Amino acid sequence: MTATIEPEVGRARPRKEDARLVTGRTRWTDNLTVPGLLHLAFLRSPVAHAKITSIDVEAARRAPGVVAVFTGRDIADAQGSLPCAWPVTADQVAPAAPSLAVDQVNFAGEAVAVVVARGKAEAHDALEAIDVDYDELPVVLDLRAAIAEDADVVHPDLGTNRSAHWVFDSAEAGTGGDVEQAIAEAEVLIERTYRQQRLIPAFMEPRSVLVDPTGEQTTVWSATQIPHILRLMLALTTGVPEHKLRVIAPDVGGGFGGKLQVTPEEVVALVVATRLGKPVKWTESRSESLLSAHHGRDQLQRLTLAARRDGTVTGLKVDLLADMGAYLRLVTPGVPILGAFMFNAIYKFPAYRFACTNVFTTKTPTDAYRGAGRPEATFAIERLMDELAAELGRDPIELREQNWIKHDEFPFTTVCGLEYDSGNYEAATARAKELFGYDELRAEQRERRDRGDSVQLGIGTSTFTEMCGLAPSRVLGSLSYGAGGWEHAAIRMLPSGKVEVVTGSSAHGQGHETAWSQIVADQLGVPFEDVEVLHGDTQSSPKGLDTYGSRSLTVGAMAVLKAGEKVIRKARRVAAHMMECAEDDLEFTGGRFTVRGTERSTGITEVALAVFAAHDLPDGVEPSLDSAATFDPDNFSFPHGTHLCAVEVDTETGFVKIRKYVCVDDVGVVVNPVIVEGQVHGGLAQGIAQALYEEAVHDESGTLTTGTFADYLLPSAVDLPHFDTDRTETPSTTNQLGVKGVGEAGTIASTPAVVNAVVDAVRHFGVDDIQMPCTPMRVWTAINGGPTDAGGPGGEAGGGLGSIDSTGGAL
Amino acid sequence: MRITVTVDGTTYRDEVAPRQLLVHHLREAIGKTGTVVGCDTSNCGACTVHLDGQSVKSCSVLAVQADGAEITTVEGLARDGVLHPLQQAFHDNHALQCGFCTPGMIMQSIDLLADNPDPDEQAVRHGLKGNLCRCTGYQNIVRAVLDAAQRLRPDPAPTGATEATEATATPGELVGGER
Repeated sequence: MTATIEPEVGRARPRKEDARLVTGRTRWTDNLTVPGLLHLAFLRSPVAHAKITSIDVEAARRAPGVVAVFTGRDIADAQGSLPCAWPVTADQVAPAAPSLAVDQVNFAGEAVAVVVARGKAEAHDALEAIDVDYDELPVVLDLRAAIAEDADVVHPDLGTNRSAHWVFDSAEAGTGGDVEQAIAEAEVLIERTYRQQRLIPAFMEPRSVLVDPTGEQTTVWSATQIPHILRLMLALTTGVPEHKLRVIAPDVGGGFGGKLQVTPEEVVALVVATRLGKPVKWTESRSESLLSAHHGRDQLQRLTLAARRDGTVTGLKVDLLADMGAYLRLVTPGVPILGAFMFNAIYKFPAYRFACTNVFTTKTPTDAYRGAGRPEATFAIERLMDELAAELGRDPIELREQNWIKHDEFPFTTVCGLEYDSGNYEAATARAKELFGYDELRAEQRERRDRGDSVQLGIGTSTFTEMCGLAPSRVLGSLSYGAGGWEHAAIRMLPSGKVEVVTGSSAHGQGHETAWSQIVADQLGVPFEDVEVLHGDTQSSPKGLDTYGSRSLTVGAMAVLKAGEKVIRKARRVAAHMMECAEDDLEFTGGRFTVRGTERSTGITEVALAVFAAHDLPDGVEPSLDSAATFDPDNFSFPHGTHLCAVEVDTETGFVKIRKYVCVDDVGVVVNPVIVEGQVHGGLAQGIAQALYEEAVHDESGTLTTGTFADYLLPSAVDLPHFDTDRTETPSTTNQLGVKGVGEAGTIASTPAVVNAVVDAVRHFGVDDIQMPCTPMRVWTAINGGPTDAGGPGGEAGGGLGSIDSTGGAL
Repeated sequence: MRITVTVDGTTYRDEVAPRQLLVHHLREAIGKTGTVVGCDTSNCGACTVHLDGQSVKSCSVLAVQADGAEITTVEGLARDGVLHPLQQAFHDNHALQCGFCTPGMIMQSIDLLADNPDPDEQAVRHGLKGNLCRCTGYQNIVRAVLDAAQRLRPDPAPTGATEATEATATPGELVGGER
């Protein structure tokens, strides 16, 4: 056996997962079936706000193939209230959230009845036979109007549309100065209001759930990111005992936060299956998904940045209105709060205040969408830094550098009290400028401007950081979150030398099976192919907190590493016994225990076989190497990067074309570079889509007008540029692997880079803002409308064919 | 109505409802669950299969329209356990993450290369614009298709030849589809 084995960690391994995915041997929830399966179809409210005065389901009950029809009233005693795990303040108010509306509907798309039928088509046909009478109430759409004195209220029993008001103030927290004083003493003030438009996660696999109540345990297959949380929450919501539930997330086709949810349909499927004693399945249509699955973003940000004339920032004040939609879903109120610690970003602000008012409207509930709070924060600060640079006539990168944390200042405690572990903003920025050809592009920009070219060039910068690895449990506790942030793993050494890794992380496209195999192969010195990763089933993987918030590698893989350490510790004792030496005399490398200074050695797989036989073990040693570990991080990790975007804006049409996009991300140590690069690409696509294409638009009656992929504009291959990506590598100091997390980086960083570039291209027309998405009409209007109109909404909303309201409905 | 279709080399005769979509017939009656449904407006392309050698969105074809046709799905591409060059290229280039759009992407890519065996990057992007992916940002998909084009070339150009053709894929009526 040779000792020169190429390490797995850092290797560009093609993924294990692909074998089934490229051949169609997939187990999407909708592919699954069981004997006697019945199908569900939901009737949804066509109106945004109304009392339900009557529902007549008799005709539907008599329709061919229909087994049962249930209304909210029929299952009111069993459906409970959908859970919200994050009461952000002690006095937060929230309405009951029935899965099927009982007396009142509060957004268009809310489910009011469910048909159970032999076939899916029969179930849908019967929906038309249900007769619902609605007594319409005034809709509540506008965030500012919703909190006005005489506002119509969404939930009359709450008496207000304000759900919670959450404040962080660095002076009160003792982590920094008084922002009002900083503003009073400022030599320069940049005051802006930015709108984070409403987005839709739009994972490619529509949501689906199958519940089979015919076994001892009721089995729930669901297209979910969170099988473990779902099991607990279904139990708490419906009263079905937790130990009588098994939840399986089979192949899951993307989530992006959109499947970080306990959905009404999951609850109803469980209640109905239990009541009928028959298995049921529901799979949504795309229109149903866009209409009723939770949306993301939707904030109004009032911002004040204080600075000195020399460019030094002295204070930042953030006032948010965050649209909750009609209900608080699983982590709805916490999403804007996740941004609270990120507005100060990589800069050394001495004073900071963040206040957020969570507001109810009669729209689809919002919740996590890739980045969740952090893209909104990063957009705001990175736009403001460009505005400050413009105000002072400075280069935006040079101005950032003047204010950012230098590489020799880490670890750095921010004005929010977070300790940034490590980073090198100088190195990432230098590399990005070099790849981008920054100076050449600036020269071309000047040349085009001087020439009065109809196509103008703009350059946008975004130097971002984010907090990854959600999360230290004590921090979540201090933020009133309802659970911890640990992760669990176990390693089983099989007698044949193969290894099973059990993880509480729940992959849905990330490549955990490959990455975890690489880590364990290195640690235990076994071949990559000999490691099997088990996940997404509460029976095989009984404990976990699942996948979101760029936490899987930093927390989940750390748990795997800790379990591996225990395996090695157990094996060491047995190996010493086998070779009749002291444990301290053994060194473990490349999967073998070697007696120091000798040729004598034994492999860990041989130890596993000896332990399986258990014929000759040291006294008191149990015959198993299998080990489990639960890892709770001490701190977040803070990846960062520099993104540079060049756009060409056709000033005659307002059309924006991305000419060049360069990003240099620092995500710490990299386990698999191709997976990391793929995460960056996909993140960029979603961030660019927010800047240029996507917007969920509700019309003046509260109807979603972007309810299909013809109207909600996911970018296609022709809408996106080639990305030039590179990395610098500053290991994290908060975990043994040195990893930082990469799932959300591209999305967080790219949106402001693109919008900064668009504004930069047309700033000489007096434009200092263009609302997202920067559609041709909005850009053209900004150019032609001049400075007074430039901050306005532009001529049309961004939502394609569905956009009939020039303000996008929400403002 | 009674229809006969040959799917991935096996002939099936079934009674289908007139309104039954081909994709539902493939998934529910024939068991070809490798082909998936991603939308209800023919925008996403996840359900793309080959119908008599042309790529179609099988959500936009009635099962009865496929009577007598030969259909290939992603499950019929590999031969004797050897992946089709496009399947292999998608794997080698990390052109998939969640994998839900992948069957449709692969089927459309095969059609694209049949029309234009030597596409440049823009031609690939245009040829795939009827297929949506939410995970990859398309970059590695484009790379995989260009890589597969190289592999499929009967007489590979000498290394270093990077001349791009001017040809642009022109999706036919049933192929790709406009967004």
